[in-house]
Amino acid sequence: MTTNEALVKYCLRLGDSSLILGQRMAAWCSNGPVLEEDIALSNIGLDLFGQARTMLTYVGEIEGKGRTENDLAFKRLEREFYNTLLSERPNGHFGDTVVRNLLHSAYTYHLYTALKDSSNETIAAFASKSLKEITYHLRHSAEWVVRLGDGTEESHNKAQVSLNEIWEYTDDLFTMNEVDDLLIKENVAVDLNNIKSLWSNTINEILERATLSRPEDSFMQAGSLNGMHSEVLGHLLAEMQFLPRAYPDANW
Amino acid sequence: MSEITDSQGPIWEVFIQSKPGLAHKHVGNLHATDEEMALQNARDLYTRRQEGTCIWVVPFEAITSSTPEDDESFFEPNNDKAYRTPTHYVMPEGAKHI
Repeated sequence: MTTNEALVKYCLRLGDSSLILGQRMAAWCSNGPVLEEDIALSNIGLDLFGQARTMLTYVGEIEGKGRTENDLAFKRLEREFYNTLLSERPNGHFGDTVVRNLLHSAYTYHLYTALKDSSNETIAAFASKSLKEITYHLRHSAEWVVRLGDGTEESHNKAQVSLNEIWEYTDDLFTMNEVDDLLIKENVAVDLNNIKSLWSNTINEILERATLSRPEDSFMQAGSLNGMHSEVLGHLLAEMQFLPRAYPDANW
Repeated sequence: MSEITDSQGPIWEVFIQSKPGLAHKHVGNLHATDEEMALQNARDLYTRRQEGTCIWVVPFEAITSSTPEDDESFFEPNNDKAYRTPTHYVMPEGAKHI
């Protein structure tokens, strides 16, 4: 594997995770529990789409196959996506969504904080700009998890179930392969083991405020590094990619 | 005043300062369960197009409003006192916020 091939894979992980979570958030549009949250959740989706555009455009440039951001978003199959397994988890109810978003935004918060010092200028600039948005996403989801967890008996129990059910997808965030080995040497990428301990501290702190218990690490899902996804990604892509596939020349 | 309630939580009035040094202006209201959520919601609803540099949220109940019955004593006495309005002055050049 050349450094350029590794860089393409690495940037696809960043771009795809933003794109897929963005698509999940977009599905909240017109379905939010109250008007204020409807706008908040859709806004988060728009932030994520902006992040995905930066990364996918960059991937198009460095892979040298003449693909645009749209080609990469709408003309790849699920096995060619490298988004984190957590980012594709279904929205479920509002509690499921904010728990998932807490776990994911705490991850990107610490990852982007570290990537601000990447030797790759595009990644460093991407991380620096995205961090401002992610800081808000983390605040939004954390405050909601605290209110649901430390709310009524019903909201507490529901939030705990959300957390227990999604926990097995968190380990996948921190898996690494030869892509990471190569790019860490070049100071392009960061060691995800370091990110994991920072993430863990943030999550523990929020869960304590929320009076929720952190699930035990037992069986953990993995596979995003190899494009191995759960069934839900296929359904998400079918919906997201339908229009450009059915009408390839469609324009705004 | 505090009779207005619905299922979406208390109402908060939102004030936005568009530039440092200017007054906060009332822009509208929203629902939120507490002050932190009210600030977050205000950020999403009222500042996404670069409208502001500072947000105030105030519980609707905290506002005391004059009522139409007050009009006669509050406002009407001013109707015939044009000399209180500085309309006869020439605006100094460069004065933007008068």
